[in-house]
Amino acid sequence: MAGNNFFSYISSFTKNGELEMSNGYDIVVCGSLVPDPLQTLEPIMGPQGPGLKNEMMLPAVLDPWAGHALYEADHLAKKTEGSRVFLVSIGPKAKLQQLMMAIGQKASFELIVKDGPASGFTDAADTARVLAEAIESIPGLDKSKLLVFGGCASASRDAGVTMQMVGEKLGITDHFLAVDALEISDSGSLKIKERAESGQYLLSECSAPPALIAWATGNLPEPPNNPQIGMANMRKIMPALQQAGPAGIESAGLSFAEVTIPQQKRDTKIEKDMPVDDIAREIVEWIKG
Amino acid sequence: MEKILFIANTESDGSLSKIALEVLGSAIELAGKLEGSTLSVGLFGTSIQEAANSIADCGAASFSGVEGEDFADSRYCSDIAAVSELIGKSEATLVLAPANIRISRVLPGAAVRCNGKIDSRISRLSAEGGKVTAQRWFYRQRMTGSFSRDTRPWIMSMDAGSSEAVPTSSGTAHVDMLSVALSDDQKKTKVLGTESPSTNAQTIKPDANILFVAGAGWTKKQADGQIHAEEAEKHILGFLEKAKASLGSSKSLVDQGSEGEAVLGFMSHLNQIGQTGASPRHQKGLATCCHGEEPHVIGWRFINERRAVNADANCGWAQGKADVLYVADAFEVMTKVNELL
Ligand SMILES: Cc1cc2nc3c(=O)[nH]c(=O)nc-3n(C[C@H](O)[C@H](O)[C@H](O)COP(=O)(O)OP(=O)(O)OC[C@H]3O[C@@H](n4cnc5c(N)ncnc54)[C@H](O)[C@@H]3O)c2cc1C
Repeated sequence: MAGNNFFSYISSFTKNGELEMSNGYDIVVCGSLVPDPLQTLEPIMGPQGPGLKNEMMLPAVLDPWAGHALYEADHLAKKTEGSRVFLVSIGPKAKLQQLMMAIGQKASFELIVKDGPASGFTDAADTARVLAEAIESIPGLDKSKLLVFGGCASASRDAGVTMQMVGEKLGITDHFLAVDALEISDSGSLKIKERAESGQYLLSECSAPPALIAWATGNLPEPPNNPQIGMANMRKIMPALQQAGPAGIESAGLSFAEVTIPQQKRDTKIEKDMPVDDIAREIVEWIKG
Repeated sequence: MEKILFIANTESDGSLSKIALEVLGSAIELAGKLEGSTLSVGLFGTSIQEAANSIADCGAASFSGVEGEDFADSRYCSDIAAVSELIGKSEATLVLAPANIRISRVLPGAAVRCNGKIDSRISRLSAEGGKVTAQRWFYRQRMTGSFSRDTRPWIMSMDAGSSEAVPTSSGTAHVDMLSVALSDDQKKTKVLGTESPSTNAQTIKPDANILFVAGAGWTKKQADGQIHAEEAEKHILGFLEKAKASLGSSKSLVDQGSEGEAVLGFMSHLNQIGQTGASPRHQKGLATCCHGEEPHVIGWRFINERRAVNADANCGWAQGKADVLYVADAFEVMTKVNELL
């Protein structure tokens, strides 16, 4: 047993030498930033491949589904004593710092940062490799208590593949995609609701961690800002940002021919003074036509 | 020389879904464009012979399968064992599969196990001079990118509508059944079944001709200073039934449940359209009491004809996002529409 694992191991013994079963989880949330969805995005082709015009200047938000994952992690950790929450982010350090000013007030977590692109055009396989390596390096990580959370897809690449690759690389073989609810049963099993085809939920029960859970929206509202949480987080967030090493993402072997915005503006006919009866008739004709 | 493998799961009735048959269509087209390439089929599920027979004449050189009760349910651990075995045994260089939920959950992990690279939700594939190019959306339907990869196997899941569905027939396919045994560890997860999110209505109908989108306006105070949520429910459910429409929602309306405001009982997060919701495919879409903000309208990318009813002539729909905007009270309009239907 090497390094930090040893300390987490001995700390799990009580004074009289018995092994104390902790109910807590190590919850690792993978999530980074994406451009604010209200922004207009314009692709540009550079020597390294495509990107967004003025990408570094665009206001950013926490990737929405990853955000839900973070709030669910915080909620679960509060309910389960002895849990730890980590947020692992790959993104440009300076932009992540700005984002953390807002996110750091909403949930308690320790931040792990890899400085690199958060672009939708990077190869998800590279992102997954770097995330998995970062998770493996968490001091005292106990895989028997590990829940890896993330969004079911990003608002940038929107691929829905990264989390499963992270899970595979970590040797986790129970994966759940587009999850809206997680419940821990008395026996410690995980009861999970995943979105399935045609607006149904698929219900599964996984006997124990480790498990990988890629969240959809879940059921929690966005937590309000809590300056106290912010203060506590910031003491760890700032050093984490300062220490962030380069992610080393190259997207080798992936070459883009072009990226374009399809014409989408319609010639809208605005009916301002049409009587309700006529509107209804026109709509019904259109539906039936 | 590319070896193309088409992979799909069978449905609970033993058939192949429409999207699977569309992706098979893409695989056949791609094989036709890549000189010297071969096409094979790999299926998994409870029992796959019937599905293989239904596409026996599709031109595939070989069929392989993994079947049994262990593969009945959509479960990562068993699905990845099946899919990795199918890919590994086929020695495929290009793998195409439908981007349904079951495949989407398992394919990325299979790419790791098979030392391949994955791209998901491909909308179109082309090939020229032996080079394969894939096209997909980025930034949630805001832009499209075309790209290619050197790595093989190159594993791709494809979105609905990538090609015409291959017509099924009743031939006889010779299937090489692969044996995949699961350990107890691989059965740590048990699938308990499915559940409808709302008890009183099945509102999401992917095959419907029309999508009806309700926005937060339905549960906001109206001209009389009152909220009319019950009346709104009646209008919406009445329309869904009469027009056989699928129901979508704006984020604001579905979020109201968790924020303690008036809600529509049959609406859940699964109905949400947009940036953090679904992007369904329907011929027509009617938006009501929904402002038409960009994060919402992104989810309308695959709705061909779009009309909106909104009390505000300056709402988002007026800015080139709908074909027709009716500036009117949706309560009044939908009362009449339902009468006429
Ligand atoms: C990160 C992020 C992700 C987001 N993702 C999504 C998403 O996936 N989907 C989504 O929908 N939104 C999303 N949004 C939110 C989006 O920006 C809008 O806030 C939301 O779509 C507004 O919903 P609405 O139009 O129903 O409500 P409102 O903006 O409140 O609009 C209500 C409308 O109802 C109309 N109205 C009221 N009464 C009547 C009446 N009697 N007759 C006719 N019209 C009436 C009003 O004129 C108004 O236009 C996201 C935002 C962010 C920041």
